[in-house]
Amino acid sequence: MITKMTVTNIHVIDQDSAYDFYVNKLGFKVVDDIPMGPDSRWLTVSPPEQPDLQLVLFPVKVSKMFPKETAETLIDLIKKGIFGCGVLTCNDIFATYEELKAKGVEFIKPPKKEFYGTEALFKDDSGNYFSLQPLTNFDNENDI
Amino acid sequence: MVTEQYPKVYLYRRIVQAKLFIDKNYADKIDLSNISDEAYFSKFHFIRLFKSIYGKTPHQYLKYVRIEKAKELLNNEASVTEVCYSVGFDSVSSFSGLFSKIVGISPSMYLAQKKQTKEKITKNPLSFVPGCYAYQHGWYEK
Repeated sequence: MITKMTVTNIHVIDQDSAYDFYVNKLGFKVVDDIPMGPDSRWLTVSPPEQPDLQLVLFPVKVSKMFPKETAETLIDLIKKGIFGCGVLTCNDIFATYEELKAKGVEFIKPPKKEFYGTEALFKDDSGNYFSLQPLTNFDNENDI
Repeated sequence: MVTEQYPKVYLYRRIVQAKLFIDKNYADKIDLSNISDEAYFSKFHFIRLFKSIYGKTPHQYLKYVRIEKAKELLNNEASVTEVCYSVGFDSVSSFSGLFSKIVGISPSMYLAQKKQTKEKITKNPLSFVPGCYAYQHGWYEK
């Protein structure tokens, strides 16, 4: 029986810039930041109230895992904003929207009431996008 | 309902600005009355709105930020005394007391644990990385 998701990836174009975005703008906590040789780094972060989920800020660069053509294609798709990385929840979507906007986070969509609840969309520094939703969207009372 | 409040976007902006002010100035002596004045609210109204958004009063939030920053500094192996004054406490005993209450262990114990973990990482970094990732990156080959 699977019990939890513990580690997952966010493919990023630049790890230093991603660190700044996820830690200083979104307020995520650094779990591991371990140098792995001259050009490699194991960098994981967690949402502030979810310390047991590690998000690997996974750099897309030419390597054993990504041949040149694959890396270039993937970088191109990330920059185009093709990849949605999931839903991030908050207590108050309007306050969170105002705070992230004040910190320079780029929103594709400001908070808007949809039939499934209130939602905003924003991009990370690479181009990945997230849905931002209040916890109340997931209350049983709001079941469709 | 939150949705009904949002047209009052100026209220959100003032509260968010107050929160960002705490985030930036946590190390200074912050008079929370001044923050409510700057936000053009009565103190009571300000505290009520702040708590409804962040789940903590401004004072509780300030304490939370200071302890979180203290943890970050201790993670970087700063001394307990240095950390205490860097995050806005006047005395090591009040800092240690609050830290222990919130984190569950004393700052010196926290620091000792972090040092121990760092030593382990330095000795064997791969033991902190899931094997599948280390393999895919070729880190076992180095």
